[in-house]
This record gives sequence, C-alpha cells and structure tokens, in this order.
Amino acid sequence: MNHLLEVSGISVTFDGFRAINNLSFSIGTAELRAIIGPNGAGKTTFMDIVTGKTKPDEGRVIWGEKSTNLLKLNEAKIARAGVGRKFQRPTVFEDQSVAENLMMALKANRAPWSVLFWRPTKADHFKVAALAEEVGLGDSLARKSGELSHGQKQWLEIGMLLAQEPRLLLVDEPAAGMTLAEREQTTALLVDLARTRAVVVVEHDMEFVRRLGCKVTVLHEGSVLAEGSLDHVTSNPKVIEVYLGR
Amino acid sequence: MKPGFLAKNPSVLTFLLVLAIFTLAITFLSDAYGSGLVSTSMVKTLGKTLCLCLIAIAMDLIWGYTGILSLGHFAFFGLGGYMVGMWLMFARTRDIVLASAGGALPMTPQELSDAIASQIFGVVGASELPTVWAFAGSLPAQLALVVLVPGLLAFVFGWLAFHSRVTGVYLSILTQAMTLALSLYLFQNDSGLRGNNGLSGLQNIPGIEGAGQDAVSVWFLWASALALALGYMLASFIVSGKFGSVIRGIRDDEARVRFLGYSVESYKLFVFTLTAVIAAIAGALYYPQAGIINPAEMAPIASIYLAVWVAIGGRGRLYGAVVGAAFVSLVSTWFTGGRVPDVNLGFYTVKWVDWWSVLLGLSFVLVTLFAPKGLAGLVDLVQGLRPPRRGGTPLGPDDGSLQEQEAVE
Repeated sequence: MNHLLEVSGISVTFDGFRAINNLSFSIGTAELRAIIGPNGAGKTTFMDIVTGKTKPDEGRVIWGEKSTNLLKLNEAKIARAGVGRKFQRPTVFEDQSVAENLMMALKANRAPWSVLFWRPTKADHFKVAALAEEVGLGDSLARKSGELSHGQKQWLEIGMLLAQEPRLLLVDEPAAGMTLAEREQTTALLVDLARTRAVVVVEHDMEFVRRLGCKVTVLHEGSVLAEGSLDHVTSNPKVIEVYLGR
Repeated sequence: MKPGFLAKNPSVLTFLLVLAIFTLAITFLSDAYGSGLVSTSMVKTLGKTLCLCLIAIAMDLIWGYTGILSLGHFAFFGLGGYMVGMWLMFARTRDIVLASAGGALPMTPQELSDAIASQIFGVVGASELPTVWAFAGSLPAQLALVVLVPGLLAFVFGWLAFHSRVTGVYLSILTQAMTLALSLYLFQNDSGLRGNNGLSGLQNIPGIEGAGQDAVSVWFLWASALALALGYMLASFIVSGKFGSVIRGIRDDEARVRFLGYSVESYKLFVFTLTAVIAAIAGALYYPQAGIINPAEMAPIASIYLAVWVAIGGRGRLYGAVVGAAFVSLVSTWFTGGRVPDVNLGFYTVKWVDWWSVLLGLSFVLVTLFAPKGLAGLVDLVQGLRPPRRGGTPLGPDDGSLQEQEAVE
C-alpha cells in the first residue's frame, strides 16, 4: 500500500467518443514512469482527469496516505495537494519576469489575503535564485519570460514546477522543441527528480523513453495495452500491431 | 505597508506630487480661497473628474490587471451616490420641515417622518417613507451603506458568475445586464428612490449652511483628491507584490494559474468586490458635487464610457487609467458643452455636440488598433523604452528566441 496515486476503472466519453475506457493506473511515491501511445490514445485526457480539468463518468482516483478522493477536488486544490503539471507547449507568464514567474510558483499559502500581504524574505529570494540556477536561467532572473527562447521557456516551466515542490509530477512531452543537448539534460533531471517523488512522463519519442530507462505503460484507445520495461512492451505483438501494423 | 514602498514605486510618488500641486493650484485660484480665476462650477467639474479618475483606477484593476472586462462598474458608482444622496436629501428636508414648523408645538417623530416623506415623495405620489430609507437619518449609517450595499451586490453577483466559470465576453454581457436591470428597477416609482426624478439638491450639505457653494466645492475637491490619492496607493500596493503577479497571470492564462494551486475564482471575486467598493466611494463623492443623481446614470453606456477612458489612457498601468479618465472626460465636457466652434464644410456644418460621440468612438477604435498602450504609451516613448515588435509563433530551439517574422527579416 505504498501507492501515491491510484486510478481505477475510469472511463470518460466526449460526445459519444470514448476517450478513456476502463483505465487503471497506479504509481509509487518515488517512481519514474513513461506513458506512451499513438495519437488519440487518451494520454492527455488521462492527465486532465488526474489534475481535475476533466471529470470522468465513472471510476476512482485516490491520492496519498490519507486516500483522498481527487475527483472531489477542483484544479487548484489538487495542485495544492501536490500534483504538478507541465504542459506540452511551454506556458509561462510571458509578461512577467523569470523571477516573478518562479516567485508565484514557490510553495506558500495560496489564499488571496495572505498573498496580498506576502512579501518575499531573503530565503525566498535565495530559493528563486537557486532554482533559476538549476534550470540554467541564473543570469536571466530580471528578463521578461516572453523574451526567452522556446527551450528556455520549457526550462522555466520545469523550474516553476520544482518551486511548487509537488509529490507527483505530470510531464507532457518534455522533449518537444528541445535541442539534443537539452534533451540529455532533461533526461538527467527527470531521473534525478524521480528519486524523491513520483514522475509521470507522457512522450511518444521512443528514443527519449529509452534514455529514461524506466517502466513503461502503453495506452491505446483509452485503456492500458501493456506495461513493463521498454524492451518488454516493444516485443509485445499487440503493441507492435498498434504502432507499426497499420 | 512597509517602509520603502514609495521608494520602490517611484510612479506613485510622482503621481501624488502632481495631484497635490494640482489641488493646491486650484485652491489658490478658486473663488473661496484665492484669486477667483477658476469659477466654482469649474472647481466642481474638476472635483468630479477626480472621482472619475478614481473609478477608472478600479476599472484598470479589474480589466487592465485581472482581465475581466466589467461593463457594470457604474452601477456601483451610482449606488454609492444614491446611498449618500439619501442622507443628504433626508437631512436637508428634515431641517426645512423643522424650520417651517418653527415656533409651533414640537412634532412627534411620526409627524416629522410623514412631513419629510411627503416633501421628498410628493413628486412620485407617495407620502410614506419606504423601508430602504430606514437609516437615511443617520450619516454614519448611510456612509457604511455606501460600502456595504455595492460591496454585497458585487460579492453575490461575482460569486455566482465566477463560480459558474463565466468568462470573457459572456461575463461582460452579464455585468452589462446587471447595470441595466438595476437602472430599470430604479426608474420605477415604487422602487423607493423617486423613480426617474432621482435624488436632487445634493449640493446643499446639511449642517454647514454658513459656507457657500464656492467653499464647499473646494472642500469636495480636496476630499476627492484625497480619495484618489488613497485609491492610487492602495491599487499600486495590490499590483506591486505577488498578488499583482497572480492577477496578471489570471489575465494572461487563467488555467495555468489554477494548476499552480491558486483559486482563480477567489481572486476574481476579491478584485471584483474591492473595485466595486472603490467605485462606490468615488460615486459617493461625485454626486454631491453633481447635485443630482437619477437612474440614467447607471445606464450601460456609462460603464462603456468607463472602458473607453481606460483603453484610451492605457490599461495595465494605473496612471494610464487616471490620465485617460481625466483627459477624455474633460475633453468630452468641452465638446458637449457647445464651446467648440462648429466646422462649416459648406455643404454640411459639423456640430460637435452631435459629432462628439462619433469622434470618441473613432479614437477608441484607432487607439485599440494602433496604440494598444494608449496615452500612457507616450511615457515609454519619452523614456526610450521601445520593446521589439514580436509577432508570429516561436520557431523552436534552433533559431533561438527569434519569432517567426523577425527571423524572416
């Protein structure tokens, strides 16, 4: 019973189309997991359900030691419970500086009144600087994040995720739009992060998944097709059929 | 507010200085306290303009910073005016009734109340004091209602709207419907606020009969300037810290803020209610200077004008809103006051009284298209801050931070 997140039997239908069909999934407190699958397999919908953006028609999503029912919480509360999400396209607040972006993400009380009177302490400034350093933006703290390159925005968003100190990280195609060197850095970071928390990576770049060297879950038509090491699943005839057979 | 706030926000200091100099200058040029170069009616116009600047700050907070285009903030402005107007009218009528009864036997409270009611409501054919006037005899109570009534309305309306996740243009339409409904309701005679007659004679402040309008107008100018200064400081305090970051984040990408763990609805509700209260205070200072308030003041067009002022001034920065409101409303007074010479084109004479709204609409469109930063953008021009034009989509890692169009060049 050391699962951090346990999703069981969820289904969701959009206008008659079954995006998720009786899907079950679970992940431990410190585990790296890759989810792969062809387009339309339900990868993003799965993340939407865990983060509260979409409510499933049936099924359960249970979180943490206290077995909280995530389906009863809204997006903000789920995020505060410790679920961090990185989107496919980098979404940072382009009108604000790198430091402001990180400061906003920093773990602290999120209620309007306390935010209104919240002023950063020395420790907060130090934390922000350290985070920026970690994602290679140490010199860009005062720059507007809209000026950053695509890859740098990806990094800033990862930095913001780290600032939230989540227990579960959902990462949607982290390698998209990154150079080869940046990809290697990202892999190393994700592997490192998974030592202390759960990380779920959605990706359809097989090469990238291979580098992560972790357990893989294959989704197809809204349910789990296969699960295991990458070599194990790629030798699965059903997976080969889905990926190559058509 | 911790020390160093003004030092960190030099624009606040500049603003306060300009406002103080303006207020002193008008005082020394006024009829009551100076050379008399500025007429009492002009002092009133300027005082009213300061109140409009204050509601423009509220609009900038809700629209420019939080990204909620509210087209209903004049409802709160009007309600604030009604709340203070009720006391002004009631107290003054009470004085008149008591004076005219002078020497006779003292009236019972019921007789007094009936006499005041028939004075105030004779015009709509009623002679009983409606329940909403229950506190009209007490200045502190009505001043509290200036904040409470619009604040409560904004809270309830905002709670319903934001928790059903109504956003964008739908929310704008909803706010507009709110102000229209309120104004239609107040137009009815049995709403208890004298229907389309509204409240009048508000320029006469009970209890200070010794002072003439020339002095009172200057006092209201001071009060309006003080309210504007406090409102400006409050608004810049709100937008300067992390709270400001969060609301600008909500404006730019609401979903992302939600996934950071902030309850977007609570923030919207907070800003909406706060700005409604600011608008109400501005209204409470405005209508004693205007002398009259009627439901037409809450017509949707008023709130649309408010959006136009802020857009022309430059939304997303506080002094932009102030400059826009002051500039457009003063120019508007000038044009619609018939003081601008007509233009004779031979075949047609352009009468500015009629053509002013066309001119205003045109400048609104032009500003939106060609100078989205508004008048405040001129400040950037002076300071040499010209951000690069960025269009198109990001190109990806290899071409670095150039955007599509830049890379082509």
